[in-house]
Amino acid sequence: MTDAPAPSTPDPASVDRELRELADKQAALGEMRGAPAADPVNAPMIRHWQDALGDANPAYLDQGVAPPAMIQVWTMQGLRQHAAKDRSPVDDTLAALNAHGYTGVVATNCEQTYHRYVRLGERLTPSTRFTSLVGPKRTALGEGYFATWNVTWYGEADEPVAEMMFRILKFRPRTSQGPSSAAPPSETAGSEAAKPQETGRREPYPLRPAVNADTAFFWEGVQQGELRIQRCADCGELRHPPGPVCPACRSTNRTHTVASGHGTVYSYVVHHHPPVPGRETPFVVAVVELPEGVRIVGNIVDCPTDAVSIGMSLRVTYRALDDELVLPMWAPGES
Amino acid sequence: MRTLTEDQVELGSALPELSIDLTPTVVVSTALATMDFTPVHHDVERARAQGSKDIFLNILTTMGLVERYVTDWAGPAAIIRRINVKLGVPAYAGDRLSFTGTIVSRAAGELTVEVRGKVSLGDHATGTITLTLPTAP
Repeated sequence: MTDAPAPSTPDPASVDRELRELADKQAALGEMRGAPAADPVNAPMIRHWQDALGDANPAYLDQGVAPPAMIQVWTMQGLRQHAAKDRSPVDDTLAALNAHGYTGVVATNCEQTYHRYVRLGERLTPSTRFTSLVGPKRTALGEGYFATWNVTWYGEADEPVAEMMFRILKFRPRTSQGPSSAAPPSETAGSEAAKPQETGRREPYPLRPAVNADTAFFWEGVQQGELRIQRCADCGELRHPPGPVCPACRSTNRTHTVASGHGTVYSYVVHHHPPVPGRETPFVVAVVELPEGVRIVGNIVDCPTDAVSIGMSLRVTYRALDDELVLPMWAPGES
Repeated sequence: MRTLTEDQVELGSALPELSIDLTPTVVVSTALATMDFTPVHHDVERARAQGSKDIFLNILTTMGLVERYVTDWAGPAAIIRRINVKLGVPAYAGDRLSFTGTIVSRAAGELTVEVRGKVSLGDHATGTITLTLPTAP
């Protein structure tokens, strides 16, 4: 009697690696513009929405603005969803999760910030970036990955009017996996109860940024996909790298602004030697000039080293170096 | 319509409860008003085929109802800055969605209200909504 070969099941660590690589690639695409809304912000849709939700607030139509929580409505694809679908940096990751059996989906978080109320007649444009894939984690529903993306809506003057963070759990439904130890139902992405499995953890990147009272805001911004620049809370002067005192007015009161994420190469070097832990040479280190008026040092990625030139346009991108550390880097972009 | 001013609210005070009867009409009309044509929000058979008890409220509506709950209380002069919602159990047609809320912080002119929307299965949505109120005239 001969043993039949065991059916080949993909090694969980390699599935995890593949998903992470794809998620990193999607995150590296940065913000991708979708098609503008089919219709400008308009009174009939607002009236219909208020009627359906039982919202009697007269302020919106009196003042010619939309209810802020309608923000996503303006750029829903509706029944046109099968026509020319926008390319979104989220789709490929979700498709790969489905392909690996993580077919269940449940939304866990929706966070919206409204910079201002949008007005009748404005046509909004959404922009989506894939932010993170966290997992695999044991949840009450089954083993799964938390996928997070961010949408920013822009007005006609190209200014952000609202932002949304959206997180879903893609899980492997129980039946296809057998019993697994259930976590409490209250579990979400941030919960301590969600213990990552041992498999698939990435090697910690050996170099860490120095995070201190002066720089913490910058790294917190990076975690949220924001490039934050320190600003003097008194005279308004921007400064980078961050420091305790304003070089213009010597005030110690500080705040920050969020940069647009555009930049140009001010200067750069191609690093060949010596070796740097955790990095493959050659790589590019650039001084990037931001339109906001400060310069910032960072790597240029997604570009052959000999294609980098002074003055070239860049777009910020956020790269996960391990399970915790994300660094802002720069990729070629249109100006 | 009544509108609250900053001086009229106290940290820790509770908002009046709002309870909404989730008829199929509510679930379907809100899904369509939010341009969400996913079958699970209007087609009972499709919803059941994928393991749901019935059609259920879509997320855009949940966000809208959280906003409505707070503006019903605060009045038309309130400006909503931020809504952060953690989503829980589905809100099925035939159930009731009851909102409760408490003022949990008051800083730099911004008020934060903690909101909880419960259905018979448990918490459908919990979170915070941040707003500003006009100052007293």
